[in-house]
Amino acid sequence: MKRKMIRGNILAYAVLVIISIIWLFPFVGLVLQSFRGEYGGMVNYLIPKQFSLDNYKFLFGPDCKFVRWYLNTLVIAVFVAIITTVVVICVSYALSRMRFKGRKLLMNSWLVLGMFPGFLTMICLYFLLKLLGLTQEGAVPGLILISVASSGMGYYVCKGYFDTIPKSLDEAAIIDGASRAQILWKMTIPLSKPIIIYTALVAFMAPWCDYIFASYVAFGFSDSYNVAVAMTRWVWTNDYQGYFTRFCAGGILVAIPVTALFMALQKYYVEGVTGGAVKG
Amino acid sequence: MGKKKGRGIGAAFVTLWEDIKDIFTTFKEGDWKTRLSFLIMGFGELMRGQFARGLALLGIQTAANLFIVKFGWQYLKDFTTLGTVETHKVNRVTQYGDNSFFILLYSLLTIVVIALLILAWRINVRDNRNCQRKLSAGEKLPTNRRDLHSLLDEHFDKTLLALPMLGIFVFTVLPIIFMVCIAFTNYDVDHQPPAKLFTWVGLQNFKELFGIGTGGNFGSTFFSVLGWTLIWAFFATFLTYFLGMAVAILINKKGLKLKKLWRTILVMTIAVPQFVSLLYVGKMFAVDGIVNAYLMQWGWISAPIPFWTNATLARIMIIVINLWIGIPYTMLIVTGLLMNIPSELYESARIDGANAFQMFRKITLPYMLFVTGPFLLTQFIGNLNNFNVIFLLNQGNPKSMGLSNGAGATDLLITWLYKMTINDSNYKIAAVIGIMVFLVTAIISLVVYNAMPSIKDEEGFQ
Repeated sequence: MKRKMIRGNILAYAVLVIISIIWLFPFVGLVLQSFRGEYGGMVNYLIPKQFSLDNYKFLFGPDCKFVRWYLNTLVIAVFVAIITTVVVICVSYALSRMRFKGRKLLMNSWLVLGMFPGFLTMICLYFLLKLLGLTQEGAVPGLILISVASSGMGYYVCKGYFDTIPKSLDEAAIIDGASRAQILWKMTIPLSKPIIIYTALVAFMAPWCDYIFASYVAFGFSDSYNVAVAMTRWVWTNDYQGYFTRFCAGGILVAIPVTALFMALQKYYVEGVTGGAVKG
Repeated sequence: MGKKKGRGIGAAFVTLWEDIKDIFTTFKEGDWKTRLSFLIMGFGELMRGQFARGLALLGIQTAANLFIVKFGWQYLKDFTTLGTVETHKVNRVTQYGDNSFFILLYSLLTIVVIALLILAWRINVRDNRNCQRKLSAGEKLPTNRRDLHSLLDEHFDKTLLALPMLGIFVFTVLPIIFMVCIAFTNYDVDHQPPAKLFTWVGLQNFKELFGIGTGGNFGSTFFSVLGWTLIWAFFATFLTYFLGMAVAILINKKGLKLKKLWRTILVMTIAVPQFVSLLYVGKMFAVDGIVNAYLMQWGWISAPIPFWTNATLARIMIIVINLWIGIPYTMLIVTGLLMNIPSELYESARIDGANAFQMFRKITLPYMLFVTGPFLLTQFIGNLNNFNVIFLLNQGNPKSMGLSNGAGATDLLITWLYKMTINDSNYKIAAVIGIMVFLVTAIISLVVYNAMPSIKDEEGFQ
């Protein structure tokens, strides 16, 4: 029996090591390529013949607006995270705690709206933004506005969490003379820390990958690009050979803070995606 | 279901009729303040000292009327034709004509404003009636202070939802209505404002989709892309689900060390932005990519494998690489849930002589399917519209002769739609495809949702 178990464990370790190699291989490649000194796109060896920091120097050099793009994305991500969280909390509280006419209808119609493919409406949104002067030069606030405007429809997870907070707490507070606003601010929000962190984390990570709409709104105005738009262009341009290692370097710089943040808050993320089914 | 709907519509008509009757009685029984409020919104409230409500209603009326007169009407009057004056040249100077795009967009906006005005007007009438009844019954009206405070208390939902609903309305609902309208027009590369006009064409675009009365193979392309979209969504959802579960069970194995490390390694793919990881992985499998290079160095193959240029291979690759993204996600969710299964269940099964596979099939799997049913559905819907994986890996290529409108072998409906909008400016067809995507999503959601064990039998595992 014992020997069988040991053999089983050895097999399990072997499988896990293989899985880990497959999963880490692209990232290792990415890091190594970002330090490669030789010119060219994908090369047929993994470890660079010559290590150099040229790619990173280029990103921060005068010929490249990488810092600008990075800040654009950071600004978008921070604002989207803050505003989305506030909006989602408001909507979730109203839908979870208040009972009003048309509540069910509202929830169902938002569910149906969510089934329309998002960027079908891209052209229309573009012209709405243009009307407000929020395209090209104003793409950064424009993108924030678009991401935030419909964020209320993502109430689902947060409302589910609010539903698990006992109603008797609310009732006790009402008897003590608290208004609904006070209950939300003083009681519900402090009790919902995990789900608030989850909402903010997801909202913060999304803009780093936003390619489709960002490329459309900022079209042709490179000062307003975000990192995804700018760096995707590098890979798809004709000068892919020259930009590939720079893309890798930029990718590393984007990935490190986002990944670190995610890893630090992973616990809350799991709690969020499992809808609070798992506690601790 | 149908019967219920019929009753719903009937009920709606009854409500509407009651509403209209109520408006008339309010006018008949109303005093002069109430009656004048039918014309000037908020008048009654202002005269009765309820300034907060009165000013709000009056403000809405003024703003809406100004909007309609100053801005909306000039577009709304052309709504049926979407403009008649083409842009033309007079003495070599361009004279801009009507812009169909703006006529359609702003007309819809104006219609919405009118609808909101009617709604506000109705609230205004009802409020006047209520006030009058209260006064004649000798009750006191709520003070302004009380009114404003109620927005933070019993009417707090209105305060909370006002801005989010406005946002969703302007930036989601309005654009969707607009795009649905576009599906019934001839808005494409030959009819682009401001130079050209477009106009209503009825069901023409839908006829083209189903191949009625047109020679092109647009219809067959649509169904071929739809077929691949469904295949993709099926494999992408269920393969990642079962393999992810397998990995989670493996890591959960008793006596295995470094559980946290294994999980962290896998979770990297969720954390790293997809445009970085997927673009890199896409390049890895290119003809001159590192995978082909190593396979050739080791002498396993003599010529590079055309991962992205062979249609079947490209499809398989996309599903496989999606596992790389998807397995960690499932693993993360399943790991927590596995711990929720009572261990006594396994103990007693073991005593009964069940082997590991039997235990998985009889205990683990039913429980998982029950709990993660809704999650699977959202995953499936998400995969139907999974733009990132397809587009970042190979942009829907390779192109094929059998497909029209620029579709490639690995294009999903959603990436095809994107290409049509961006590359070909074929908005009318893109709108039609968008509506089809919606229908497919809605039908699948409805069918699956009703068949789900956790919906049918809520207490199965409680």
